[in-house]
Amino acid sequence: MADLFFLTIEHMVLVLIAIVISTAFGILLGIISYWTPYLDKIILWTVDSLQTIPSLALLSILMIFFGLGNVTLIVGLILYSLLPIVRNTYIGLTGVSPHLKDAAKGMGMSKLQRMFKVELPLSFPLIFSGIKIATVTALSIAVIGVLIGSGGLGYPIYRGIQTMNFSAIIKGTIPVVIMAVIFDFFMSKIEQKLVARGK
Amino acid sequence: MIQFRNVSKRYGKKTILDNLTLDIKAGEFVILIGPSGCGKTTTLKTINRLIEPDSGEIIIDGKDITKVDPVKLRRTIGYVIQQIGLFPNMTVEQNIAVVPKLLNYSKEEIDAIVHRLLELVNMPYEENAKKYPSELSGGQQQRIGVLRALAASPPIVLMDEPFGALDPVTRDSLQEEVKKIQKKLGKTIVFVTHDMDEAIRLADTIVFMNDGKVLQVASPEEMLQNPADPIIKSFLGKHMNHENNAANLVASDFMRAKVLTVPKTKKTLECIELMSRRDVSSLIVVEEDDTYLGTVSVDKIRAQGKAGKEIKELVTVESMTVTRNSNAQEAFELLIASPTGYVVVLNDDNTVAGLITKTSMAKAMGEALWGEMTQ
Amino acid sequence: MSYLAFFTKHSNEILKALLTHMEIVLISVGIGVVIAVPVGILLSRHKGAASYVLAFAGVIQTIPGLVLLGIMLILMGIGKPPAIAALSLYAILPILRNTYTGILEVDAHCIEAARGIGMSQKQILFQVELPLAMPAIIGGLRLSTVYIISWATLAGMIGAGGLGDMIWTGLSTYESKYILAGAIPSAILALLANALIGFIQRAITPKGLRLGR
Repeated sequence: MADLFFLTIEHMVLVLIAIVISTAFGILLGIISYWTPYLDKIILWTVDSLQTIPSLALLSILMIFFGLGNVTLIVGLILYSLLPIVRNTYIGLTGVSPHLKDAAKGMGMSKLQRMFKVELPLSFPLIFSGIKIATVTALSIAVIGVLIGSGGLGYPIYRGIQTMNFSAIIKGTIPVVIMAVIFDFFMSKIEQKLVARGK
Repeated sequence: MIQFRNVSKRYGKKTILDNLTLDIKAGEFVILIGPSGCGKTTTLKTINRLIEPDSGEIIIDGKDITKVDPVKLRRTIGYVIQQIGLFPNMTVEQNIAVVPKLLNYSKEEIDAIVHRLLELVNMPYEENAKKYPSELSGGQQQRIGVLRALAASPPIVLMDEPFGALDPVTRDSLQEEVKKIQKKLGKTIVFVTHDMDEAIRLADTIVFMNDGKVLQVASPEEMLQNPADPIIKSFLGKHMNHENNAANLVASDFMRAKVLTVPKTKKTLECIELMSRRDVSSLIVVEEDDTYLGTVSVDKIRAQGKAGKEIKELVTVESMTVTRNSNAQEAFELLIASPTGYVVVLNDDNTVAGLITKTSMAKAMGEALWGEMTQ
Repeated sequence: MSYLAFFTKHSNEILKALLTHMEIVLISVGIGVVIAVPVGILLSRHKGAASYVLAFAGVIQTIPGLVLLGIMLILMGIGKPPAIAALSLYAILPILRNTYTGILEVDAHCIEAARGIGMSQKQILFQVELPLAMPAIIGGLRLSTVYIISWATLAGMIGAGGLGDMIWTGLSTYESKYILAGAIPSAILALLANALIGFIQRAITPKGLRLGR
């Protein structure tokens, strides 16, 4: 039982590390897409394609470069999480009312000031919703990490499958599902608050 | 002939139709009018069984409609709604052909119907048949909505505030067209509105409803002379006791009061969009405090406008204006001389009161000569 | 042995794995469609039940693919059937949700007009609701297919074959050639399927919906 607790924490930490890094890169890429008219299609197509690649295929290719272990899983999760964050950042930024952008320009704000004082804050509810989707998805995908030698709840599940032990599989699964449901629930609540505040 | 016999309908505690008894004669243009919540729309929808009454019966040409399969019944009754509800996945032609197709008409017959109907509303087949609803203006969409209802030649057509969402100019012309079509094809039309102007203009018989009951059934003329209830009187409002004669008419008697104005800070593209949406070719531009600035035409924006620029740079200030109390004859002369075909009417505080166009002028003069226009 | 020589030598094996992979995906997604579309239509008629069904399906979706495959392995043994059973379950939700919302998003006035001019329930469904919801339904199909191509790589683990087998062999022998022989075709398959269904989605969108708006 203590083992399971430790593995749950490990699972969550791996996912959170990946999400934090992915969020930083994702927002950056979203801003770049928004600022550079021709790059946007290329960036969005690339992150879309990254997510389309089967997770086991992506992770095992990464393993060739990063070896067995947690680093490979984290890199894989980062790449996987980029799409919802980049896309939502981009949609959020392009969706800011042109009147507000004009108003900000009219007040003499620079491009950077407009981004950080007006455009990003207004897009934040949508960006957050992207982060939520990325987090919930990553919790589920991280289970595969066991196949490339990383930690987390994949291990007890995989052991259970190998030994045909039904209850071991369930024991490993329940924390994953509960985490996913809890993250989804609370992040949705925050999301609703953000949206409501924006109105 | 549509007969309502003691028809009642309640939703929970609220009575919508209260023992309604009413006869609608074949070939009549009947308008159901009354304050909102009076039951006029419910009454309309019981005729094609979109709403089933709790008690009482509705008889069409001697047949109790509950004995008829609702789907079959509806195919013999045209139906037009305010939100139009054209099928966006179908072309104009396909939309019109829906009911004939449901009734298994032959391809040739359907073809002939579509051609004939489009001609009826002056929308040439070649130009319009293959278009999708999203390519049409609001007025054109509702024309197609009306044609869809007429396609299988139903003897009865139900219309639920069909022109309520259209701008005044488009509404005027659609009203005219529908009236013409009704006369020509001899349809029974049951028409819901809350606009007394519309009722007086179109109806053979006006049915005034309140609280689920009929207060008065009368011709427009009769209702104007003898309103049966104070509520009706207040609804008739400005139509009562017209004793105008040419001498004391003023500009405001000739104008259309609902006009499209935009602030001068509006962007050119937004203006173009607004105009095409409302089906008008020019806009009245006002200052921030709503006072009149000038007018702008779609041609001028197209010719000289730049995207993103404010409309004020393109405003023509030379358009003709009169104040609302100006003498009617003065307004008339200005209108005849006006190169734009309209005269803007201003209030004393310089805000926009309305617009005199050739149509509104002709209508008002007709009324002054012959009383309320009922035809 | 160079990578190229390896691929040439094992080309038959890779092709066979690819075909098995596609077979598993097509059957699973097919089952998913056959279940999800009618249920989605049914739910659009019973909105009260819809929130429960969708929430339940959403929870199923959070169960990692590995787990469902493991459970089916225990219940049904080794081979393709357990893999297909598990993957079909995953295929359902995106299609179900999109069918349901696609139908609900059809303009209520269109439905009222359709009823008012005498379309039967069935005619409204097939002539108005489904055509208008079709882009959304195909969108769900696209999501499902990409998911299933991905999760099907795990099916190799329970003896169903497919490209996962190759990756599997590579992972357990630490042989990157095998890994790439499975990973690259599966990635290409997913990208192609995504592009192809995206293309179909655009082609199938009623022209009247693509204009303006």
